[in-house]
Amino acid sequence: MKTSLNSTPSVRPCTPTPSHHQETFIQTERLSLRYGCKTAFCDVNLSIPVGCITALVGPSGCGKSSFLCCLNRLTDLIPCCQVSGKVRLGKLDILNPKIDPIALRRRVSLISQKPNPFPLSIWQNIALPLKEHGLRNREEIDRIVEQSLRDVGLWDEVKDRLKDSALALSGGQQQRLCIARALALKPEALLLDEPCSALDPISSSVVEDLIVSLKHHYTLLIVTHNLAQARRIADYVACFWVKDDSGQLIECGSAEQVFADPQSPITAAYVNGIRG
Amino acid sequence: MAKKKGVQKSEVRSQKSEVNFLPCSPASPASPSPHLPISPSPPPLSLLPTITVWAIALLVTATFAWIVGDIIWHGAGTISWEFLTTAPKNSGREGGIAPILVATGLILGVCLAVSLPLGIGTAILLAEFTPTDSWFGRLVRRSLDVLAGVPSIVFGLFGNVFFARTLGLGFSILSGGLTLACMVLPILIRSAEEGLRAVPNDYRLAAASLGLSRTTTLWQLLLPAAVPGLLVGLVLGIGRAMAETAALIFTSGYVDRMPQSLFDSGRALSIHIFDLSMNVSGGDTNAYGSALVLVVLLLLINGTAAQIADRWLHKF
Repeated sequence: MKTSLNSTPSVRPCTPTPSHHQETFIQTERLSLRYGCKTAFCDVNLSIPVGCITALVGPSGCGKSSFLCCLNRLTDLIPCCQVSGKVRLGKLDILNPKIDPIALRRRVSLISQKPNPFPLSIWQNIALPLKEHGLRNREEIDRIVEQSLRDVGLWDEVKDRLKDSALALSGGQQQRLCIARALALKPEALLLDEPCSALDPISSSVVEDLIVSLKHHYTLLIVTHNLAQARRIADYVACFWVKDDSGQLIECGSAEQVFADPQSPITAAYVNGIRG
Repeated sequence: MAKKKGVQKSEVRSQKSEVNFLPCSPASPASPSPHLPISPSPPPLSLLPTITVWAIALLVTATFAWIVGDIIWHGAGTISWEFLTTAPKNSGREGGIAPILVATGLILGVCLAVSLPLGIGTAILLAEFTPTDSWFGRLVRRSLDVLAGVPSIVFGLFGNVFFARTLGLGFSILSGGLTLACMVLPILIRSAEEGLRAVPNDYRLAAASLGLSRTTTLWQLLLPAAVPGLLVGLVLGIGRAMAETAALIFTSGYVDRMPQSLFDSGRALSIHIFDLSMNVSGGDTNAYGSALVLVVLLLLINGTAAQIADRWLHKF
């Protein structure tokens, strides 16, 4: 275990995404996360550009999902989880305990792997967070509910049964509802943790098209095991790998570059399907 | 309640064991292996577990049916509108049980009014705000488990010393209700805690990720989802409180007059039954009648709670 903690010199620091005109939305500096004495990932330096899809790829257990959780401080909810390093959102260091995690999570929303609508009606699923954030006007709520359901292409499917339980929807519909619920709060970024992995191929492609359509309005960060998916939708790719018992960022760059001309031999083997 | 559960469990087990024996017969014609014994019916020895399981199931059901049947047989004749609405006469040999019903209701009311908020509050603290393996959580949980196993007579003595004498409440419905609240609390807390823990963690993460505060998450999502668990605790608690005799003898007392306030002594149904059958010769008929009322009340509460939980579960 000690070796993994002291192995920083061997890590090749990953240069932030080589984008000249791209603004950075969120940037991590030497970000590490440990669960008790198990290191999930360490020393990740990564910049996420605004208004693009950045895909995190790599094998299971290399800390991709944990990395995602750090970006909106959901790690606060996990017992015995220690985060160190810096995460810059504009001028803020969001790991600073003085930052209000609730305000942060409104700006940076996370969609989890398994669709997790609340056991309420479809309408309430979207309205509850809106009400929580101070919206009281019923007409305004109705308008936002409709708008966000239209944004995810769910409106025509559910407009006649908004009062029905959200749990009665299919998996793909549930996942789109979860995305709609997040969009209703007008976040700046969406963190998607393998949003298609629990869905059948057809729902999966619907959700994938939805993600692409959101790209220009939101910053999207998507964890995926599906390299083909990353190839189809991502603008930038960051590849994680397990080294010395902990996850590390081994390469990042534009999607064309990572897939066509990977710098690291591990990435090369991974994207060409030789490893992983 | 416990007996019912036992029946269900053993029935499930017996079905399972049947399934396990099935492969013996239908598989045999298609079976390619010549070494397997081919018999048209399962060998007689393998029937033994099936018979045992069914016998146990029947035994448990029969015991329950016998007790209830006996009470109904002897008590049904006593039950009338008059029995429920008049005061006992001649030490309870004649007359009805109206003041006893009122006292029982009041004791139960005091007990629940104190134990419900306290119990649910503690359960929320334990399940939502205390890590499972923290020393505080472990200490509270261990103490509750010990408390749940303390004999009711000990609670009665405690109530007598603390509520009746130290706090000066005397033999009163208030003392009795508070003592029962102490008794019911461990059951209530543990089952409410289990109910809350059974709520999928997804809801908590989703709520946090949408920036919902913990209060909203708790009130709007977790507590509604935990209602079936809370109801189970409530039913078990009411069951224990209604059936309690020993603890109440020392606290709420024996007096069978209609209680005028919570500071009056009042006789609970279970004490009435005890008194009629043990201390009053010729009180058996009314004892049976009171027992029937008690059993019917408990079954009603049980049934209502089960129905509410069921409807709640199918709401979403």
